[in-house]
Amino acid sequence: MGVIVLLIIVSVFVAGGFLLAFLWSVKTGQMDDDYTPSVRILFDQNFDNDKNEEKKKLKISNKII
Amino acid sequence: MLTSCYHCGADCIETIQEEDKCFCCDGCKMVFKLLDENGLCQYYDLSEMPGMTAKGHFVNEKYNYLDNAAIQEQLIQFKLGDQAHVVFYLPQIHCVSCVWLLENLHKINPGIIQSQTHFEKKEIKIVFNPAVISLKQVVQLLAFVGYEPVIHLGGNDWLKKKKVNKKQLYKIGVAGFCFSNIMMLSFPEYLSNNALELGSLRHFFVYINLLLSLPVLFFSANGFFISAYTGLRQKWLNIDAPIALAITVTFTRSVYEILSQTGAGYLDSMSGIVFFMLIGRWFQDKSYDSFAFDRDYNSFFPLGVTVIEDNKEVNKPLAALVKLEIVLIRSDEMIPADAILLTEGALIDYSFVTGENAPIAVAVGQMVYAGGIQKGRAIQLEVVKPVGQSYITELWNSPVLKAEKNTEQSFVHPWSQYFTIVLFAIAIASGVYWSIYDTHKILPAVTAVLIVACPCSLLLTVTFTYGNVIRWLGRGKLYCKNAAVIEAIHKIDTIVFDKTGTLTNHEDTPLEYKGVVLSEKEMIAVKSVTRESLHPLSKMVTQFLLLEVADITSFQKIENFIGKGTKAICNEFEILVGSIAFLQSNGIKVNTTYEGSVVCLAINGIFKGVFKINHTYREGIALMITRFKCRGYHLHLLSGDHPTEKENLVKILGTDIPILFEQNPVDKLQYIERLQQQGHRVMMVGDGLNDAGALKKSNVGIAVTDQTHLFTPASDAILEGSEIKSLHELVFYAKKAKLIIVTIFILSIIYNIIGMYFATSARLSPMVAAILMPISSISIVALSALLSYAYSLKMSPEN
Repeated sequence: MGVIVLLIIVSVFVAGGFLLAFLWSVKTGQMDDDYTPSVRILFDQNFDNDKNEEKKKLKISNKII
Repeated sequence: MLTSCYHCGADCIETIQEEDKCFCCDGCKMVFKLLDENGLCQYYDLSEMPGMTAKGHFVNEKYNYLDNAAIQEQLIQFKLGDQAHVVFYLPQIHCVSCVWLLENLHKINPGIIQSQTHFEKKEIKIVFNPAVISLKQVVQLLAFVGYEPVIHLGGNDWLKKKKVNKKQLYKIGVAGFCFSNIMMLSFPEYLSNNALELGSLRHFFVYINLLLSLPVLFFSANGFFISAYTGLRQKWLNIDAPIALAITVTFTRSVYEILSQTGAGYLDSMSGIVFFMLIGRWFQDKSYDSFAFDRDYNSFFPLGVTVIEDNKEVNKPLAALVKLEIVLIRSDEMIPADAILLTEGALIDYSFVTGENAPIAVAVGQMVYAGGIQKGRAIQLEVVKPVGQSYITELWNSPVLKAEKNTEQSFVHPWSQYFTIVLFAIAIASGVYWSIYDTHKILPAVTAVLIVACPCSLLLTVTFTYGNVIRWLGRGKLYCKNAAVIEAIHKIDTIVFDKTGTLTNHEDTPLEYKGVVLSEKEMIAVKSVTRESLHPLSKMVTQFLLLEVADITSFQKIENFIGKGTKAICNEFEILVGSIAFLQSNGIKVNTTYEGSVVCLAINGIFKGVFKINHTYREGIALMITRFKCRGYHLHLLSGDHPTEKENLVKILGTDIPILFEQNPVDKLQYIERLQQQGHRVMMVGDGLNDAGALKKSNVGIAVTDQTHLFTPASDAILEGSEIKSLHELVFYAKKAKLIIVTIFILSIIYNIIGMYFATSARLSPMVAAILMPISSISIVALSALLSYAYSLKMSPEN
């Protein structure tokens, strides 16, 4: 019987972890746009030569005020 | 059959070819070449003809004000080292190709590091390197590929955008998490036959439930408590008061039962109902992000203006403009302040401000007013009044418009007051009853009554129904600002229409030629001549004649008199094209009954005929008017234009509708005020700045627009021009909202009665409550969706 207690506590924590993930995703603005990502995912990636290599080296700062 | 432009899909009147593709103008062709050179032709693969018609609009100097550091400061959101962030509103975003192209801008110019679009808000966020590309060049690039950003004086709209929504989502997340866990942890309690089976586990479950209910009570539900408290402080019961009461009572009784070990409490019902109500509120509060309902004159004016200082052109922010400064206004630019004309060549289009269709020629030394758009070549003006004090902006600041609109309560609030009274009555009655028969049952019965008879079902009904109705109206192209608008529509008994742009179509104004039939040679000659003039009416004549004959010939001599007409010699014809006054001053006897915006034509000294602008009225207006009349609405028409169209209007509207012309913005405002003083509830349907005051004053202001990205004055709802013929259906549907709410609420009372039975007999077990609550909530949501959909079918067969 004690096992059930342990199991439930652990599973509530795990579920709580998912809740925190949801809250974090809202905070970082992932829920602000729920349409465009669905469009964006259908684009093809045309990798051409060095232009992209240089782009990847730039670190993009994502500070949003 | 004209071919369609490969880029924008418009008809190619003068076909311009490149490789095997046809374009309607050089602008479209240039964009195509740019995309082709940079390997971006996938733009054309993703959607059919996705481009915007350029029509040679691109003017380089237009963005010079973006070099001004103060203005850059306003626009750039964030700057660090070699990165700058800026957000622009691009109303032209309409398809997949747009998103694709805008997110691949870095391929055209490496100075752009990253660009991300938000489709629904029609925004783009660009990260660029200011050392490589300037803000002005970014904007020029956007404008060049057809996505000219809308940059306005009032503009830092993104700062005001909803951060509130995030909080709502947090609350919903927490409530949902707690509700579902409490529910699951309550199953052992409900499903076990013998409480002893569980033993000590029972305590465990029950205390975890208590713990989980705390975030719901203190965080998710605090909106209800705050709202109820604010209402009580102002001495009236709003709908949140009984809800706050129900939640408190439920929680208190549950805590008491748990701590005294007499029961398991009703925490699952409590958290569940909070969860559903929060979802209802969130559903109702959906707003149309890419529309702005609160634009004032600030959003209309540009951010910067060119000022002439010491004979040099300097760009200044508009806010810094003062009296006596000289400004340079180029073609298609807007006049930012009341000023005196200094140079020749002014042709001002006031259609947005006063509703007059044709541009007005202004003489040197006369006043020009803010809001007009210069159609001729560049002119210089001396500012007379600062920007905020021009004639049109004073209208915005009028005290009449400052008063709060629609401050009456929703019909829901009185209902919730009755509800509360009835609730207390039943509670007291059952308390009295049990005090006679079995005093142990008083408290259980009374608290059970307060738990079960959930006023929450009223809130759920209202929020979900309004949410659904707003969405269906949006499908019908009427975008409401918020739910209160729907209630306001319900009470309307009078509708006032504007003419220009509302009943008429801004875009197609075809010409009609009335006079002696012209030979082909004559038409070619006239067309070659009118082609050289900047006057919009001349352009329309050119367009009109181009459809008849495609050839152009050269002329020998041409003289343009700005605002009056053109005199030219072409082949064997001496051509005079212009206003009636112009022809008469050249000795031609003009034989016509038309006045207003007509272009007269005389060849070789003989008057031939006039090109008349035919106002096209939108389709279906007559039917819409009739339907409103059938239902007893009072209709009025106010127009800023001259009375030339009176006959046509009477044909469409009938003779029993008051039609007034030459109404300026203040006249319209006062007219509405008079109607309201007579006790009418007025809906105003208008489009331009000249309706701004009326739109604000009326009980419901609907702004009509053909292109939703152009300025729409402050309004309660935005209607797309193509759907104005269905206005009656939209209004009748909005009225159904109250009916739907009443129907559902009556049905939900049945659940309440069943619950009451259990409650008053003090037999309300947690399990019964836990079953009743979701059933009633879900049935309300389903019924609301079903009824809203069913009534929407009547709106139009396609919906």
